[in-house]
Amino acid sequence: MSSAKAKSDAAGAKPTSNRTPVIIHATDLQKLVELLRDKGYTVAGPTIRDRAIVLDEIASVDDLPVGWIDQQDNGRYRLAKSRQKTYFGYTVGMQSWKKYLYTPMRELWTAERKGHRFALKSSDNGDTRYALLGVRACELQALAIHDQVLTEGPYADATYARLRESAFVIAVNCTRAGGTCFCASMGTGPKADTGYDLALTEVLEGKQHYFVVDAGTEAGAAVVKGLPHEAATAEQVAAADQAVAKAASSMGRKLALDGLKDELYAHFDHPHWNKVAERCLSCGNCTMVCPTCFCVNVEDSTSLTGDQATRTRRWDSCFTVDFSYIHGGSIRASDYSRYRQWLMHKLVYWQDQFGRPGCVGCGRCITWCPVGIDITEEARLIRE
Amino acid sequence: MITRPFTIRRVIKESHDTFSLELEPPSDLDGFNFMPGQFNMLYVYGVGEVPISISGDPTKPRMLTHTTREVGTVTRAMRGLKVGDTLGVRGPYGTAWPLAEAEGHDVVLITGGIGLAPLRPVIYYLLAHREKYGKVVLLYGARTPEDILFRKDLERWRGRFDLEAYLTVDRATGSWRGNVGVVTTLIPRSPFDPLHCTAVVCGPEIMMRFTVLELEKRGVVDDRIYISMERNMKCGVGLCGHCQLGPTFVCKDGPVYRFDHMRDVFTKWEM
Amino acid sequence: MENLERILSEHPFLSGMDARHLQLLVGCASNVAFKAGEYIFREGQPADKFYFIRHGLVHVLTHVPQKGSIIIRSRDAGEIFGWSWLIPPYRWHFDARAVEVTRAIALDGKCLRDKCEEDHDLGYEIMKRFAFVIAERLEQTRLQLLDVYGNGPSK
Repeated sequence: MSSAKAKSDAAGAKPTSNRTPVIIHATDLQKLVELLRDKGYTVAGPTIRDRAIVLDEIASVDDLPVGWIDQQDNGRYRLAKSRQKTYFGYTVGMQSWKKYLYTPMRELWTAERKGHRFALKSSDNGDTRYALLGVRACELQALAIHDQVLTEGPYADATYARLRESAFVIAVNCTRAGGTCFCASMGTGPKADTGYDLALTEVLEGKQHYFVVDAGTEAGAAVVKGLPHEAATAEQVAAADQAVAKAASSMGRKLALDGLKDELYAHFDHPHWNKVAERCLSCGNCTMVCPTCFCVNVEDSTSLTGDQATRTRRWDSCFTVDFSYIHGGSIRASDYSRYRQWLMHKLVYWQDQFGRPGCVGCGRCITWCPVGIDITEEARLIRE
Repeated sequence: MITRPFTIRRVIKESHDTFSLELEPPSDLDGFNFMPGQFNMLYVYGVGEVPISISGDPTKPRMLTHTTREVGTVTRAMRGLKVGDTLGVRGPYGTAWPLAEAEGHDVVLITGGIGLAPLRPVIYYLLAHREKYGKVVLLYGARTPEDILFRKDLERWRGRFDLEAYLTVDRATGSWRGNVGVVTTLIPRSPFDPLHCTAVVCGPEIMMRFTVLELEKRGVVDDRIYISMERNMKCGVGLCGHCQLGPTFVCKDGPVYRFDHMRDVFTKWEM
Repeated sequence: MENLERILSEHPFLSGMDARHLQLLVGCASNVAFKAGEYIFREGQPADKFYFIRHGLVHVLTHVPQKGSIIIRSRDAGEIFGWSWLIPPYRWHFDARAVEVTRAIALDGKCLRDKCEEDHDLGYEIMKRFAFVIAERLEQTRLQLLDVYGNGPSK
């Protein structure tokens, strides 16, 4: 698996101090979008719809949620107008970039019946080249996790690999902690340090509104060359760093990683799971919004005449009763066992499988849980 | 990873709810090679796909054999297929029984119900390489005499001097003249050396749990006991997440597991 | 008698039993043989023996109306069977039938019960061993009840 990993490696290989940060004025952000579109990218980024921030195709910077911030808490999401007209003052919405790279639905192949036989044909979904604008540090980690899960095993998902390799990643460093974020304690943010083509840190001080830009790859550097830019001064870089540091220190939650695996394994039958199970609706929202969840289902269907069959891949959730069904019944029939499976997989089994926890501390599951279950709180209580 | 169309050459009714399909690979494949213990994802046109263990002879790759119980929509549809029909095959996937590690040891195969199907390839292999192994003992438990699978094979195996096969049923009517009792009852007095054996166990989880208890009572150490697990599978290649059993994926870390690696997982409910 | 004593003393069920108690047991023992198909005991009869099978195969069975004879358990060489002699009202709850030619050592239950009453140490040794046997049978029966190979929901 070449380019996505290479991107991470390359960025990591060059120490930050040797790369010269530049600044781009906020008024020139639109040129970035246009340059990417000229290069044939479909630019996807945050925008507002139905009073929430979603990811969608961006035609211009006016589509971005300029001047908006988000207020997130357990089971609560609101947008509010900020006095500052920042482009990226909010954090993450309910959607993550898996929407584009590991799509909710994908046709895998079609089969045509001819008498007793049938012949299969792989489906061509016409891969789009995406420029992902506004990828947060936690989301960069989520992309790296998906790279590992989907391309580094004995079998790889070729479609994901292609989309991922051709994607141009523009990271944005958070200058404000969202209400449910805990990336600092997870070691996944708020500063993006690897895995991007460009990283932007927005600074708005009085009349000064600019982005400190770091190019993480050759492709990123080439894009910077095509834009009006100037070398960043030490003060400007410091201002950017300070803003990110402020975000890091104002997180409202944390997850202690030390001893997490052993303690949760030891408490596999802890009575507290019952308490969570009483509240959990098994609605699966957490799995839908989680940027690292990767479970999918395959569905087989036929045309009305039966002459053609299709196989489709769809997102799935371990919270459904059917998820673990084998003849005779489901292995995880109770809510209890299904919430436990999700948490144990995300925080514990993932470590055995992939060498790191599957959680990036984005806080989405806390915000979008209808009953406001907080993974950091539940993990803490079960460890006691 | 794409499904290949195989042609059904024979349909065999093994019992009232169990059947075998003998499949011919497509012409561009020079036979179908697999290791005993592995499974394929079998696709019935327009209906769906299920993981089924391979139950044929690994030393005769010209034909691929699968034996399954009729338990759901796909297997029911499979039962309705005829000679000449096409079945989609994807694989082989999964880990294999420890045939190399077992060399020089007694091999005791303990199985119940449909569990004999994934073990049949092991028996074929052992018999084809008989000089490499010590005693070979098969303990097979069926639900009732009507549920006994592979009778012809069993008769052939019982007729040999270099393999010992014992059979029991969970219950029977008055005309049965053999053992009655769960398969674990055959273990205490079975003629293998517990200190120099490899135990291969396949069947429902409860049966495997109690079998391991009996083996350990006889002094077999848990790193010489192998089991085969089953979970819901959609992709069979470790990407869809469905088959997870604790920290493992049954499709790629299993289905064959060494028991000492599974001990903690095995006794947990709803894992 | 000497022959019986040697055979019994080697049986795992009686391992660890001291020579004096073994002698008392042998005093209640005798050789028996059954033809293929012959009933060894029947449900409802007084239970006054238990058996060490030396050769052959025995079925423990019962008759269920509309279903016919159901074989519950088989016992073969090396196994003991019959424990109703130990528990009042000392009556057989099932039938036992030899499937093939079967030779066994029968122990007279009444004789043994009397000796156990006289010598409580002997009684304790016998009870200990039978408690183990009954527990084992209970576990095996529970496994049979679980019907693990059956179709249908496992819950």
